[in-house]
Amino acid sequence: MESPSRTIEAISVRALSKSYEGVAAVAGIDLSVARGEVFALLGPNGAGKTTTVEILEGYRRRDGGEVSVFGLDPGRDRARLKPLIGIVLQSTGVDRYLTVAETVRMYAGYYPHPRPADEVIDLVGLSAKRNSRVVKLSGGQQRRLDVAVALAGDPELLFLDEPTTGFDPSARHEAWQIVRDLAALGKTVLLTTHYMDEAQQLADRVAVISAGRIVAEGTPDSLAGRDRVRPRVRCRLPGGVAAPEGFAAAPAADGFLEFAPDDLTAALHRLTGWAIDRGVELEGLQIVRPSLEDVYLSLTDPTASGPGEGAAR
Amino acid sequence: MSIGATLRQVGYVNKMFWRNPASAFFTFAFPLMFLVIFTALLGHGTVVIGGRPVHQSTYYVASMGAFAVITACFTNTAISMTFSRDAGVLKRTDGTPLPAGVYFGARVLHAVFVAVLLVVITAAFGRAAYQADIPGGATLLRFLLMLVIGATSFCALGFAITAAIPNFDAAAPIVNAAIMPLLFLSGIFIPLGDNAPAWIVWVARIFPVKHFGDGFQAAFLGTSFAWSDVLVVAGWGLAGLLIAARYFSWEPRS
Repeated sequence: MESPSRTIEAISVRALSKSYEGVAAVAGIDLSVARGEVFALLGPNGAGKTTTVEILEGYRRRDGGEVSVFGLDPGRDRARLKPLIGIVLQSTGVDRYLTVAETVRMYAGYYPHPRPADEVIDLVGLSAKRNSRVVKLSGGQQRRLDVAVALAGDPELLFLDEPTTGFDPSARHEAWQIVRDLAALGKTVLLTTHYMDEAQQLADRVAVISAGRIVAEGTPDSLAGRDRVRPRVRCRLPGGVAAPEGFAAAPAADGFLEFAPDDLTAALHRLTGWAIDRGVELEGLQIVRPSLEDVYLSLTDPTASGPGEGAAR
Repeated sequence: MSIGATLRQVGYVNKMFWRNPASAFFTFAFPLMFLVIFTALLGHGTVVIGGRPVHQSTYYVASMGAFAVITACFTNTAISMTFSRDAGVLKRTDGTPLPAGVYFGARVLHAVFVAVLLVVITAAFGRAAYQADIPGGATLLRFLLMLVIGATSFCALGFAITAAIPNFDAAAPIVNAAIMPLLFLSGIFIPLGDNAPAWIVWVARIFPVKHFGDGFQAAFLGTSFAWSDVLVVAGWGLAGLLIAARYFSWEPRS
């Protein structure tokens, strides 16, 4: 999916910092996003996601560090950058008395090489609402119009700041499909979210941001060594039956026997063999790997000892 | 290229204006309503302006014309810009390649267009109902100059005052608190005449409203036209522009 010009990254950030009235919102962030990549910035509210993104978009000035978007500095070359990017802000309005088609055409007219308005409207699934006034749209439809407006100029890079917050589940799945369609067009997408499943579904790579710092970065499947962590085996033994030798462990709070074997296959074989020999039922037997959510919660937990270690061990 | 972009933007602003019928209706109905009310209440005598008696019903045609322009350019611009700012429309626009000058220019052009329309309607109504004189020739040209410079200047002041408006809920109270006292102190609602208290005359002399109103009186009542009035109004407009350039916010202020 990466375009040949990978040598110039879409986004490159070094040691970015920004404070508001002495409080650090962003405290030294490094990021790089390749062209054609869907990159998710995942973090709780107030972690610094929006500040970071708005610096990249040119809305905020940084206090320190280096930022480059398509080789341009958003602080200095904002006018040259604007035609290359599309922005979906966390909360925005559009003028209420225009129709969907008029709105998209108006914004398209601001760009040097716009994408045909009808195409954009189809892409976000608003064709049936083409001639409806914006006032008449539902919340989810207005959000799609936000995306349509951001796409009107046919940007290379799309910023989506919490695109599905407040959506019902079916609207979220539709929004995800739009992002996948954009990725299929070869667009670079930087999205922020606090939903794990959204990052998991959409992103090629994820960075977890907490208290203004990146605490982990990787593909959704390998984040913070998630793929290398030993899976845990869990089951419950009938009352009075002692755990077999080698599996002795204090039962978890819910009464489950829980252990993390070195060799999962061999351990399972021994355990089930033992159970069959004894005629013991292994209730609720399961193999558990840390979910992205487990990793995220431990990474962003302010009481955790250190970043990147937490639930992975 | 940017003229084309500006005109295109004016087209969209115009569309949005007329599609909010309540707002459009009252923009036009308000000054006419005031014209009828003030004339009914106070329009039976004469007022002495520059040593010259003027029939008060004609006086109100001139001053309600000025009031209409101030409403369309100052009040409406300030309130609708604050609305767009707080709704996030301005921030979104700021994220596109549209030059700020085109966006502001389109707003000003449209407000001036509405202002001219309002003056024409007010004058026509005044002519029909109160036999007001309609200016012509050089008087008309001087008047049109004052109208365009005044309308533009009041737009600039409308942009400037948004810097002092923290949120949309505060927009109407702040804008009205700024303009209503001046409208009274400048003789727009009640003629000042030659015997007005000195402090009121001084306040009126400082702010642009009276100077703008005097331009209308010169056109409709035949009083003398002063270029200094145009200069004072333009000076205020320039000050508004500088304040807006420095303090105008594209994003909600909270």
